[in-house]
Amino acid sequence: MASAYDSHPEREYAAIRSSAALIDVSPLHKYRIQGRDALKLLDRMITRDMTKLKKAQVYYTPWCDGHGKVVDDGTVTHLPDGTFRLTSADSSLRWLHMNAVGLEVGIEDISDRMGALAIQGPLSRAILTGASPADLSKLKYFRMVETKVRDIPVTISRTGYTGDLGYEIWVDGSRAVALWDALIEAGTPYGIVPAGVWALDIARIEAGLIMLDVDYFSAHHALIEARKSSPYEINLGWAVSKEKGPFNGDRALAAERKRGAAWGFIGLEIDWESFERLFAGRGLPPQIPSVAWRSSAPVYKDGKHVGYATSGCWSPILKKPLALAHLRAPHFSEGTRVEMEVTVEHHRERAAAVVHKLPFYDPERKKA
Amino acid sequence: MNPRYDAIIVGGGHNGLVAAAYLARAGRKTLVLERRPLIGGAAVTEEVFPGFKFSVFSYVVSLLRPGIIRDLDLPKHGLQILPLESTVTPLDNGDYLAGWADPDETRRELCRHSTRDADASIVFGRLMHHMAMAVKPILRMVPPDPASLAPSDLRGLLKLGGHFRSLGPERFHALHKLMTMSSADYLDEWFEFDALKATRSASGIIGTFLGPRSPGSAYVLLHHYMGEIDGAFRAWGFQKGGTGAISETIANAARAHGAEIRTGAAVERVIVKGGQATGVALEGGEEIQAKLVVSGLDPRLTFTRLVEPKQLPEDLVDGIRRYKFRGSSGKVNLALSGLPNFTCMPGQGPHLRGAISISPSIEYLERAYDDAKYGEFSRHPYMDIVIPSMIDPDMAPPGKHVMSIFVQYAPYQLNGGWNDAKREAFGDTVVKTLARYAPNIESLILHRQVLTPDDIQRITGLSEGNIFQGELALQQLFFLRPVPQWAKYKTPIHGYWQCGAGTHPGGGIMGASGRLAALEILGANP
Repeated sequence: MASAYDSHPEREYAAIRSSAALIDVSPLHKYRIQGRDALKLLDRMITRDMTKLKKAQVYYTPWCDGHGKVVDDGTVTHLPDGTFRLTSADSSLRWLHMNAVGLEVGIEDISDRMGALAIQGPLSRAILTGASPADLSKLKYFRMVETKVRDIPVTISRTGYTGDLGYEIWVDGSRAVALWDALIEAGTPYGIVPAGVWALDIARIEAGLIMLDVDYFSAHHALIEARKSSPYEINLGWAVSKEKGPFNGDRALAAERKRGAAWGFIGLEIDWESFERLFAGRGLPPQIPSVAWRSSAPVYKDGKHVGYATSGCWSPILKKPLALAHLRAPHFSEGTRVEMEVTVEHHRERAAAVVHKLPFYDPERKKA
Repeated sequence: MNPRYDAIIVGGGHNGLVAAAYLARAGRKTLVLERRPLIGGAAVTEEVFPGFKFSVFSYVVSLLRPGIIRDLDLPKHGLQILPLESTVTPLDNGDYLAGWADPDETRRELCRHSTRDADASIVFGRLMHHMAMAVKPILRMVPPDPASLAPSDLRGLLKLGGHFRSLGPERFHALHKLMTMSSADYLDEWFEFDALKATRSASGIIGTFLGPRSPGSAYVLLHHYMGEIDGAFRAWGFQKGGTGAISETIANAARAHGAEIRTGAAVERVIVKGGQATGVALEGGEEIQAKLVVSGLDPRLTFTRLVEPKQLPEDLVDGIRRYKFRGSSGKVNLALSGLPNFTCMPGQGPHLRGAISISPSIEYLERAYDDAKYGEFSRHPYMDIVIPSMIDPDMAPPGKHVMSIFVQYAPYQLNGGWNDAKREAFGDTVVKTLARYAPNIESLILHRQVLTPDDIQRITGLSEGNIFQGELALQQLFFLRPVPQWAKYKTPIHGYWQCGAGTHPGGGIMGASGRLAALEILGANP
C-alpha cells in the first residue's frame, strides 16, 4: 500500500475530512466462505453473533484464540447470495481451516483476485451517486449493496477505516484498475484525491480504530503472554456477544467479564501547553512530524508506570496531539490525568495528558 | 425596558467576535451588534453568484492565534483549515518559479534558477525563524508604553528589554535591519534571482501603501515565518467554507458561552454620560444599555464617529486624524466555468491548488506602486490568486470554480475618484493581466465581482478600504497602534474600549486584538 501519492500527505488527509479520498485497500486479506456450515464456521470463530447478521449487512469484529486473546480483527459481510466474505489484516487461511474441522464449508482465499477501493470523505456519497445507479442515500452504515460503478460490477459497503462518511468498493481484480480510473474521473469535479496509508493512519487514530501489529499483537504471533490482548483490553468489548452459542475463547471472556479487564485501550489527549513548554525549554517551537508515529511510549500516573501508548499523531482537525494507549485498571477512566513520555531534542520528557474516550472524532455524517 | 448587558461589542468582525467569546466565557452578558445582515466584517463568505461561494474580502487564514483556537475550542465549533502551501510565479519568459510544500522539491526548483539562492534560502529561513521567534511573544503582549512610569508599563518594558537582549547581538542587529529596510534591499542582501525576491517581497507590501523599495516594508516578510513557527497548528491556510466560516466558528464559540449576536443592527453612536459609556443607540432609535461598550470598528470610526470627538482629548483626535489608512488594494472574484490554463504550466496540476503570484520582478512591483503613488491603479498590478474551489470543492458547483484575486495597487484616493466606469476598467486590467499568463481566462468567466477600496469601505465600513484597519507600518505598530498612550485597548471614555485590528497587533485573521482587548477589559473589571 502506498505511503502517499503526494509529496505532502497533509493534502491527502485533508481530502478525507473535507472532500473525498480514494484509498487502495486491496492489500487486505479476503476470503469467500460458503457451503452448508459457512455461518457455523464464522460463528465459531468471531466474537459477534453470526445468527444476527442479516443479508447485505457487515460486521466489524475481532476473533480470539481459545484463551480469549485476540488473533485479528476484520469484517464479515453477509452477501446477498447467502455466502460470506471475511477480511482480515493478517493472512488467516490456516486459522479458518483449523476452525472448519468437521464442517461442510468451502474456504477460498480471494485476496489476489479481488480488489478493494475505499472512497472516504464528506463528498464520497455525491461522487458514487454520480457513478452508480444504486440509491446510496438509503444505504445505512455497515450495510452493502450489489451494483455497478459505470459498467463495472461491484459491491459497495458503507464501511471504512477513517471514521468519516465513506464506502468500500469490492471488485473483481481484473476490473480494479478500471474502477480506480472511473472513480478518479467521477470524483475529480468533487476534489477527489488518492490517499496513502500516512493519511489513513491519522484519520484512523482520530477515529480511535486499532491497527494490528501497531496497537496490539495477534495472539498467534506474541512471543510472551503480556503481548496478548483480549477484546476487552483493546476497546472491542462491545463486539463480544454475551448471548451467542459456543465460540473461540467464550469461557475465558466470560470469566474476564466477571473479574473486569486488567487493561483498557483509550485515547490520550496530550496537553498542548505542557508539550510546548518542554520544547520551549530547549529553545524550540513544538516539533510534530506530519505523519503518525507508531512506537511505544510509556505512560505514567503519579510517577508510576501505568501503561503505554502505541500510536499517535497531530490531529489536524482537532488541533491536538493525540495518542492511543493501553492503560492498566483503574487508570483508564475518562478524564484521568496521566503523563506520556515524549522525546524532546534527545531528552526523554513527560508531557501531561488526559484520558479521552474513543473515538476522538466522530462526525454525524459518518452514520447519517 | 431593554435588557442590560455587561458588554456590547460594536461590529461583528472576527476580532469583535473573539472579544465577545472571551467576555462571555468569563461570564459577562455580552451582545454583539453587526450592521450587515451577516457577521464577519471582512471575513465573510457570500454566494455572490448562484452556486458560487466567495470569501468576498479576506481570503486566507494567516495567523489565527493557537491560543485562541484552544481557549475557545474552535475545532469543536467548525474550524477546519485546509492546506494551501504552494506559490507559483509565472515569469515573462514563459517559465515559472514555484515554491512547494515539500522543502526538497522547492530546493530542486530553486536550483533551476539559482543554486546560490537555493543555498541562501536555507540560511535565510533559519534567520527568519529566529526573527519570528523573537517577535512572536509580542503578538500576545499588551504593548507597554515606553513613555510611562506606571509599574505595569515598566514591568512590560523590562520584560521586552530582557527578551531582546537575550537574542544576542547578531540577531538583534538583523532584527533592526528587518524593521527599517525595504524588502527589496533586504532581500538583495540574500538573493539574486529577481522573481524570487519579488515574490517574497510581495508579502511585505500587502495592504500597505508602500512599494518593495520603500523603507519599512521588510518587516512584514516575517509574518510568513511567524505562521511557520506555529508549526503543527498550520494556522496558515484555507478555512473550509471560506473566511466567513471562520467568523461563524468564532460566533458559535461565543454563543456557546452565552453571547448574543444581532445582525442588521447598525450602531449609530455610543451613549456617553458624564465621561462614562452607558450603552449604544442604534440607527432607528433603539437604545441598549450596557456597562461596557467595545468597538471592533477601525480607529477613525471608533473615535470620530461612534463618539463625539469633543468628548476626547485633542491630541488623541489629532493622532487619529494622522493615522494612515490609505487603502491600496482591491479584490476581483471570478466565477469560472473551468480551470485556467497557465502557459508556464499547462493543464491541471498542483499549482492550481496553491497561490499564483503575479510578481515577475521587483521592478514590476515597484512600477505597479509608481502608478498608485500618482493616483492611478496599477496598469500591471501585483496579484495574489487562489482558486478556493480546488481546495474546498464545496465552494462551487462540481467542475466549476471560484477564483479570488487580491490586487494591488488600487489607491483609495484615485485621481478623479472611483466610479462604476473606473471599477470596470480596474476589473478589465486585472483580467487582462491574468490573461497574459493564462490566456483562456476570459472565456471561463461566468461572473465577475470587482471591489475597489471605495467598495470595501462602503460594504464593510473599513475606512478608506484599508484591509488592516490602518496600515501595518512601523509608525503605527505596537505601542503606537492606533496612537501613543491609547494602545492598550482603553479609551479616555470610561467603559469604552477598542478591540479591532486598529489596535496591537492588528491585521489579518489573527484574533489577537480581540483577545488582548477582552483580557484587558476583564483585568480592569474583575
